[in-house]
Amino acid sequence: MESLQHLASGFAVALTPINLMWCLIGCTLGTAIGVLPGLGPALTIALLLPITFKVEPTAAFILFAGIYYGAMYGGSTTSILLNTPGESATIVTALEGNKMARGGRAGAALATSAIGSFVAGTIGTLGIAFLAPVVVDIALKFGPADYFSLMVLAFVTVSAVLGSSAIRGLSALFLGIWLGLIGIDLQTGQARFTFGVQELLDGVNVIIVAVGLFAVGETLYMASRRLSGGDEIIPLRGSLWMTKEEWSRSWKPWLRGTAIGFPIGAMPAGGAEIPTFLSYFMEKKFSKKPEEFGHGAIEGVAGPEAANNASAAGVLVPMLTLGLPTSATAAIMLSAFQSYGINPGPMLLTTQPQLVWGLIASLLIGNVMLLALNLPMIAVWVKMLHIPAPLLYAGILVFATIGTYGISQSPFDLVLLYVIGTIGFLMRRYDFPTAPVIIGVILGPLAEQNFRQAMTISAGDWTVFFTRPLSASILAIAAFAILAPKVYELVASRRSGALIVKS
Amino acid sequence: MITKRTLLAGAATVGALSAFGFQGANAQTVDVLKIFVPAAPGGGWDQTARSMEVAMRGAKLIGGAQITNVPGAGGAVGLPQFINQWKGQGNSLMMAGMVMVGSLIANKSPLSLSQVTPIARLTGEFQALVVPAGSPFKTVKDFTDALKADPTKVPVAGGSAGGSDHILLGMIAKAVGVPAPKVSYVAFSGGGPAIAALLGSQVAAGISGYGEFGEQVKAGKLRVLAISADKRQLGIDAPTLKEAGVDVELFNWRGVFAPPGVTPAQRKEMVDLVSKMAASPEWLEICKKQDWTPITMVGDDYAKFLEAETTRIRDILKDLGLA
Repeated sequence: MESLQHLASGFAVALTPINLMWCLIGCTLGTAIGVLPGLGPALTIALLLPITFKVEPTAAFILFAGIYYGAMYGGSTTSILLNTPGESATIVTALEGNKMARGGRAGAALATSAIGSFVAGTIGTLGIAFLAPVVVDIALKFGPADYFSLMVLAFVTVSAVLGSSAIRGLSALFLGIWLGLIGIDLQTGQARFTFGVQELLDGVNVIIVAVGLFAVGETLYMASRRLSGGDEIIPLRGSLWMTKEEWSRSWKPWLRGTAIGFPIGAMPAGGAEIPTFLSYFMEKKFSKKPEEFGHGAIEGVAGPEAANNASAAGVLVPMLTLGLPTSATAAIMLSAFQSYGINPGPMLLTTQPQLVWGLIASLLIGNVMLLALNLPMIAVWVKMLHIPAPLLYAGILVFATIGTYGISQSPFDLVLLYVIGTIGFLMRRYDFPTAPVIIGVILGPLAEQNFRQAMTISAGDWTVFFTRPLSASILAIAAFAILAPKVYELVASRRSGALIVKS
Repeated sequence: MITKRTLLAGAATVGALSAFGFQGANAQTVDVLKIFVPAAPGGGWDQTARSMEVAMRGAKLIGGAQITNVPGAGGAVGLPQFINQWKGQGNSLMMAGMVMVGSLIANKSPLSLSQVTPIARLTGEFQALVVPAGSPFKTVKDFTDALKADPTKVPVAGGSAGGSDHILLGMIAKAVGVPAPKVSYVAFSGGGPAIAALLGSQVAAGISGYGEFGEQVKAGKLRVLAISADKRQLGIDAPTLKEAGVDVELFNWRGVFAPPGVTPAQRKEMVDLVSKMAASPEWLEICKKQDWTPITMVGDDYAKFLEAETTRIRDILKDLGLA
């Protein structure tokens, strides 16, 4: 009840005209930077930090929160339409979303992603308001050993994107893991696979890999196909909006995605990417039409999109309850707190209730604004697909190049983008799946670091993964996810075999 | 031809601009100060640079500042650019600090901070050794005794390997006679994840800048065993490492440098500008807000300090097996 009262007072703060204006500016700006591959919310908020010298804290945080949520909405738009993920959390969205767009269902893909983001963002924000203390207690129980097991579970998702040949899929995965290992090793401070190139010391940015493989690789492939004739124009099929069937196939993934995304986002080493992988895998398993996955299954857009927005809300839980920044964006928002002389920490909720509850209320309002901004835009966005292919792909190249340059204004990144793009083209040409590369880049280093942290803490004792209850349960789930379908198949084939014999 | 004409026009413009700049110099020392930050926006160096701009503008020392960020590898990516492309430019400063000294050594970079022109050391942050509230370690002695008994049983969390946190742990180990490479240091990608591991009692102890832990300590979730400052600090209920019998003192300092090849006059102008800023009430106010200890040191003293510090850090990184 107390929380409800606080929330009401939060709305009183957030609903003043001036704060509504900041919220609208933040949402619009966030959507715009979410669309550009290189510009993320962390960088944008960092560049806007000087604003903290001018406006009052509540207004600044409402602006930042709008940017943060807005970027999650914007990132999916380019993933779906152009196969160019704007944020690392929307990489999975491109897998099915872009296939849907090519099948003429761009409108439905954008709609399910926007509404799913809204549903997940709203539930997640309410989660911050009412569940934060409980969730954070559980999240802190996760140590490196448990995270490693979580990564093992996430690696299971590779099987969902392997494609026709396991060998091709696994070689793509290992290419990704190798790319992920490039750079200075966190545990020893030594450079690995950098070949003396200074620019590689900080590793290869996953956005460059995703944009290179998906957007540049795809463009080169299209250009090569054009030489041998044939030009596909994507027709819009059916209604612009979601059909009844698409609605009924979307709502469960939205809720499941939220259920996965929020708690993992709240974990200090959880992040936004892992829940999107897990959600994708789960939807493929639960889907009544798993054969559609890889060809534009709406569940594969709805689930991961909900998961990434819910995790965005989850990240704010340790930040607001403990003052712990667990993502780059959260870290920069915390430094903004400091420039107001507010020290974020476990006491923040009691010392600055107006600020915290105003922020939570703004997040709820921002979500409504974002939905209202994004739904009508769908009609405009899908027009983009009417652009003739040569112009569209030239546009994608320009867009990918500018976005990549925006990451750190380094010409080296551009060279890297086109090298990876060429690899992407060759992979496409020789029928290797590209999604496992991305999974490898993201999960490989995380799994490695957590494994080594766990080993240092246990003084080299391997059994920690089985003796810690959390870790053991997660490993059991992973084993179940791999083995259950096989066992089920076996049992089912025996039974049908028995039936045949009987009849 | 066109190129030549453009060049001439450009030269004329530059001339005109510098003439204006000269006129403006009566009111302000510098019209536009260029600050090179070899790190991403939002981090400690970037915040220091942006706070410098605010303080200098507030004290009417400059018209404005232009900040360039070149992130990567604790400054190792940005430094070559500052050395090669900013050479001889007046009104230019680069942010750097102890982390960069360590990163250049650990990455075996052919470059070092002795190739740029030291202007001033500005702020420092002392480190703190903390344990979770429920830890059996009540004093530094409890901690060092456990460390001496079996260093592998005392995992300590902190930032990336070879950074200031790891360096302090290496110094503590060395001071109490434990071989530095034996310590079990768990590197996390930042203060947040490291504190999470401490709050969840995943590790035995943690090291970071005191500012990172301050609020958790006030809330009673973490306990400070000692700080690495030279003397006790107001509001922190913990001894210094020296008082606790461990002969170690460490400041994670930040300072500014001019490019290589500047004239003595250009160097003096920057030293004067930064000294004035460091003494301004605007700057002291910011330091107080951000929990930065102002430890100003300028010119030749700073150059000497830098030399000694580089040797000290190289030795400890060698002991840790990282250099």
